[in-house]
Amino acid sequence: MGKDSIVKTFAVAAGLCIICSIIVSAAATTLKARQQENKELDKQLNVLRAAGLVEVRENPGSAKIKELFAKVDQVVVDINTGKTEEKADPAKINAKDASALTGTDDLAGIKSRPNKAVVYIVKGADKKPETIVLPIFGRGLWSTMYGFLALKGDLKTVANLTFYDHGETPGLGGEISNPSWTGKWSGKTALADSVDPVIRIIKGNVDPSDPNAAQKVDGISGATLTGNGVNHTIDFWLGKNGFGPWLKNLKNKES
Amino acid sequence: MDSNLKKIFFDPIIRNNPVLVQVLGICSALAVTTKLQTAFTMCLAVTFVTAFSNIGVSLVRKIIPGSIRMIVEMVIIATMVIVVDQLIKAFSYNISKELSVFVGLIITNCIIMGRTEAFAIKNNPVESALDGFGNGIGYSLLLLAVAFVRELFGFGTLFGITILKTVNEGGWYVPNGLLVLSPGAFFIIGFIIWGLKTWKKELISED
Repeated sequence: MGKDSIVKTFAVAAGLCIICSIIVSAAATTLKARQQENKELDKQLNVLRAAGLVEVRENPGSAKIKELFAKVDQVVVDINTGKTEEKADPAKINAKDASALTGTDDLAGIKSRPNKAVVYIVKGADKKPETIVLPIFGRGLWSTMYGFLALKGDLKTVANLTFYDHGETPGLGGEISNPSWTGKWSGKTALADSVDPVIRIIKGNVDPSDPNAAQKVDGISGATLTGNGVNHTIDFWLGKNGFGPWLKNLKNKES
Repeated sequence: MDSNLKKIFFDPIIRNNPVLVQVLGICSALAVTTKLQTAFTMCLAVTFVTAFSNIGVSLVRKIIPGSIRMIVEMVIIATMVIVVDQLIKAFSYNISKELSVFVGLIITNCIIMGRTEAFAIKNNPVESALDGFGNGIGYSLLLLAVAFVRELFGFGTLFGITILKTVNEGGWYVPNGLLVLSPGAFFIIGFIIWGLKTWKKELISED
């Protein structure tokens, strides 16, 4: 029987498939735990960076990340009702449980928005929220930008803004993840007293003598469209279809 | 090492470089060379895959039926790529995020299929391994050269360490945006091929 006979062909194909699938599944199963831990650590690191507990360019290593993250409270927010779900388990959020957005409601260009989201809260010594980290995402020029917007406990001031995943043009729109630009957000006023979003990226540099300078952020030159995307994303997530109702509830509870 | 084995190993590094002379694997040479660190990981991954798929194909070369020869090669290559992808995800998560789909796309890198089809299918495992490593290293050298230029002049850094402080960071260097985009890599590869062919005249094809 030559090596080109039908029986031989099937035998070689079957044998090869079995050997290869054993190799692939062995690699996948033995490395799975490590991979999931990496993913989790990466997410935690991004939250910590947004919360200002870790410098943006630093990676303190897994032990320190876990230690710091243990101090962060995770709460599940029902975005539709604006209520905190005390009993829900943050690990069991179903991202597929989402509402479609159309027309002017879809400010961030994301087509659908999850109904529940995990918000990270860092509490100060007096048990009051010191930093509130909101997960945000929205359409930039080329890609969907994923990031965190951290607000201070006064629910007005930006503590930090970070983008951890996007596909904007490197050197232009891609500068949205450059700490020297995101650093400009810190201390700006994101929300008015009525808890409505007021912050804007403008073209060019902010004039410090402008009475509204605290609500304006320098634009990145060559990245006007990405900047518009960031503006829309923040307007959306702080607005009525995003975390707006929840933030208003939180503010009423405090005062 | 006898001279034949030496030739198998060293030829693809410069004289028969897979990218510069055979002009294979250009796609990934554009995609992953914006930073040295990602390029370096990609080099290790591709060298591993070329070497081990060459060995794999060579081991079974005598029993591969002609009618499914290429499918068998692809299955072996794909297996190696998945293993590499899993390893990178487990041990170097940040780099796996930057390389994203390009690790999976090693499967379509013409160098690998080209070497199994042109070499491993006819030669013994030792020679095939050397051929695979040689081609992987040849590819790596070019990738690192391109990434060196792109990262230094596109971002002002090398392996993420600031060499030329850019204007955005408050320094003096205005980075060259073209080098960060894919066309920049085309220019660099073009210049390298030009340089190589000026140096080694015998590589210029007659037509």
